[in-house]
Amino acid sequence: MRTKLSWLAGPYVLWMALVVIVPILLVIFYAFTTANSVELAELEGGLAGFLSMFTLENFARMGTYTVIFARSFELAAVATVVCLLIGYPLAYVMAREGPRFQRMAMVLIMLPMWVNFLLRTYAWMSILENNGILNNFFESIGLFSLLNAVFGLDIDHFSLIRTQGAVVLGMVYNYLPFMVLPVYSVIIKLDQSLLEAARDLGANTSGVFRKVIFPLSLPGVLSGVTMVFVPSVSTFAISRMMGGNTQMLLGNLIENQFLGGAYNPHLGSAIALVMMVIVVACMWVMNRFGEGEEQAVML
Amino acid sequence: MSKELIRLENCTMEFDGEVVLDNIDLYINDHEFLTLLGPSGCGKTTTLRIIGGFQTPTSGTVFFDGVGINSVPPHKRAVNTVFQKYALFPHLNVFENIAFGLRIPKTDPETGKKVKLSEGEIRERVMDMLRVVNLNGFEKRRVNQLSGGQQQRVAIARALVNRPKVLLLDEPLGALDLKLRKDMQNELKRIQQAMGITFIYVTHDQEEALSMSDTVVVMDKGRIQQIGTPEDIYNEPKNAFVADFIGESNILDGIMRADGVVEIFNRRFQCLDGGFAKDEAVDVVIRPEDVDIVPEDQGQLKGTVTNLTFKGVHYDTIVDFYGFKWLIQTTDYCPVGSRIGIKIDPDGIHVMKKSQYSGLFGDYSSYSEEYDEIGDATLELQDEAEEGERNED
Ligand SMILES: Nc1ncnc2c1ncn2[C@@H]1O[C@H](COP(=O)(O)OP(=O)(O)OP(=O)(O)O)[C@@H](O)[C@H]1O
Ligand SMILES: [Mg+2]
Repeated sequence: MRTKLSWLAGPYVLWMALVVIVPILLVIFYAFTTANSVELAELEGGLAGFLSMFTLENFARMGTYTVIFARSFELAAVATVVCLLIGYPLAYVMAREGPRFQRMAMVLIMLPMWVNFLLRTYAWMSILENNGILNNFFESIGLFSLLNAVFGLDIDHFSLIRTQGAVVLGMVYNYLPFMVLPVYSVIIKLDQSLLEAARDLGANTSGVFRKVIFPLSLPGVLSGVTMVFVPSVSTFAISRMMGGNTQMLLGNLIENQFLGGAYNPHLGSAIALVMMVIVVACMWVMNRFGEGEEQAVML
Repeated sequence: MSKELIRLENCTMEFDGEVVLDNIDLYINDHEFLTLLGPSGCGKTTTLRIIGGFQTPTSGTVFFDGVGINSVPPHKRAVNTVFQKYALFPHLNVFENIAFGLRIPKTDPETGKKVKLSEGEIRERVMDMLRVVNLNGFEKRRVNQLSGGQQQRVAIARALVNRPKVLLLDEPLGALDLKLRKDMQNELKRIQQAMGITFIYVTHDQEEALSMSDTVVVMDKGRIQQIGTPEDIYNEPKNAFVADFIGESNILDGIMRADGVVEIFNRRFQCLDGGFAKDEAVDVVIRPEDVDIVPEDQGQLKGTVTNLTFKGVHYDTIVDFYGFKWLIQTTDYCPVGSRIGIKIDPDGIHVMKKSQYSGLFGDYSSYSEEYDEIGDATLELQDEAEEGERNED
C-alpha cells in the first residue's frame, strides 16, 4: 500500500527540488563567491582555480549591516508580540463563543486578505500621511490648536508614517490572521472534559486557563509566531511603504543587492543566508521548547 | 446510620425539551457507598454532573450539608470526580496529573486564608496514591503512554488524592479486565472505608453494584425505579424492570387470592407477600436458583425441558410450562425433552404490583444458544425502542 502509492509524491518531490533546493543551493553558492573570485577562477581554471573561487569576503562585510539586522529582528519580534497579544485573546474568545459569532469573526479576519496586499498598505499610507486622513481628522476637531495652546507647541500634524511604529503596524495588520487562525483551531479542538476536570480539581477560571488551556494551546501559538515572525523579518514592501527610506530592513537591503543600485547578488545571497540561518535557529530553539506540549496534543 | 450529606430534591433535567432526569429525589448519607445502576442513557452521568456542579438542574435543588448549592461552581464544591472518559491532562505526566488538585491553594474554612501545600507534602501524597492504585514507578510517564486501565487508575488517584468529602465515580472500572476489575473493586471499597469518603458510584454492571454498595439506586429512563440495600434490590424488586435488570428472573402473571396465596397458571402457591387487594393482578418473580426440580408426579408445576446449557457451577435449564418458558438454574442434569416437576418454597416467590414494565421482561421463550448473551430478550420486546438500551453485560 505504502510503497505502491509512493510515486504519487513524485510531482511534489520534483517541485520541491526545482523551487526550493536548487535556489537554496544557488544562494549558498553565490554567498560564498564574489564577482571577482568567479572571474579569477575562470582565468586560472583547473581544480585549484575552482577552490580559489570560494571566499568568506561577503560575510566579512556583514558587520556594516548590524544595525539593519538588529532593526529587522527587533521590529519583527515586536510585531509578533503585538500579534500574539491581540490575536490570542481574539482567538480564545472566538473559540468559546457560539458558532454565529465564530463565523462572523472569521469573515472579518479574512476579509482584508481578499484585498490586494499593496492596495491595503496604500490605504494605510493615506490614513497615516502627514496630511492624511487621521491628521486631517485631528485638525478638524481642533486637536492641534488645543495642544499648541495648552503645551505651547507649534505642530500641525503627528508624524505617523515613516516611523518604526508604522512599520510594526503594517506587519501586525497584514500578518495578524496568521496568528489568530492557528491559535483558534487549537483552542476550538480542546477537549471540554479537560476543562471540567480542572474545575473539578479546584481550579478557578484563571487557573483553568493558566494550567490547562494555555499550555495546551502552545502548539498553535508556536505556529502562529512562526507564521508572523518569518514574513515580518524578511518583508521589504511593508518597510518601504510604511517606513519610507528611514526604516530600511533586511528585505530592502537584499532587494537592493539584486534589483537596486547596489547591485551585488553575492552579497545579497550572503545576507539572505545569514538571515535564514538565524531564523531557522530561532524556530528550532522555540520548537524544542514547546515540543512536549506539541507531542501531547498531537496524540 | 449516619447523617445526610447530599440531597437531590425534585431534580428534573431537560435537554432541548427532552426530559433526561424526571423528578429525582435522592439523599446520600455521610460515609455511604451509593451506586447508581441502570442501562446506558438512563441518566446516571447526568445525575453525577448535577452533583459535581457541571450541570444545573432545570428544576429542583441540590443540597450539600443542608445548604442549597445549585449556584455553587464545581471548583468550590467539596466533591471530586473520576470522569467516565478519564479526562487526564495530556500535557502533564502522571505525577503532575495527580498533583494537579494539590497544587491549587485551598481556602482554610476556619481562618479563611489560602493554604498552599509544600512540595514535599505534595510529593508524599502523590507517591502514596500511586502505591494505592498500583502504579509505582509510573510517575514520569506521559499519560498517553499508558494503557486504558492505567489511565483509569491515574484518574482515580487524581481525584482521591484531594481527600474529598464526596467522590463521584463514573464507571471508573469500565476499561479494566476482569481480574484487575475485581482487585480494584476491593481496593476502592477498602479506600472508601479507610478514608471515610462518601462514594457515589456509577455502573451498569449489576454484580459490581451489588457487591460494593451500601445502597443501590436503580434507574431507568431518567427515573429512579428503586432505592435499597443490595439485598432489598435483589430479593424485593419493586417492579419487573428491577427484577430483570438485577440478575435473572422469571416474571409471571399472577393473581393474589389472599395474603400469602398467589395463583400462577391456575395453581395456588404459598408466598410471604401480602397487602394486596383480593384477586389483584400482580407480577410474580421467581429467581432461577429458587426453583427445585422434582420428579414429575411430585411437582407443583409440570413441564418439558427444551434447552440445556452447561455453565460450570450449574446448568441453565429452560423448561416449558404450558407454553411459557422458565429459566431454572440447577445442578441436576435434566436432558432436553425430559418431563420434570418443580417445587418452589414460599420465600422463593416474590410478588410485585403491576407496572409499566409488566409483560416486558422475564420470559425465556426465545431462549436459545445464540441468545445466551441477552438471555431474556423476548420476541415482543424486539419491536420496543428500549430493546437496544438494555444489555446484561
Ligand atoms: N449535554 C447534553 N445535551 C443533550 N442531551 C444530553 C446531554 N447530556 C446527556 N444527554 C442525554 O441524556 C441522556 C442521559 O445521558 P447520561 O450521560 O446521563 O446517561 P448514562 O446513564 O450516563 O449512560 P451511560 O451508561 O451510557 O454512560 C441520554 O439520552 C443523553 O443523550
Ligand atoms: Mg454515563
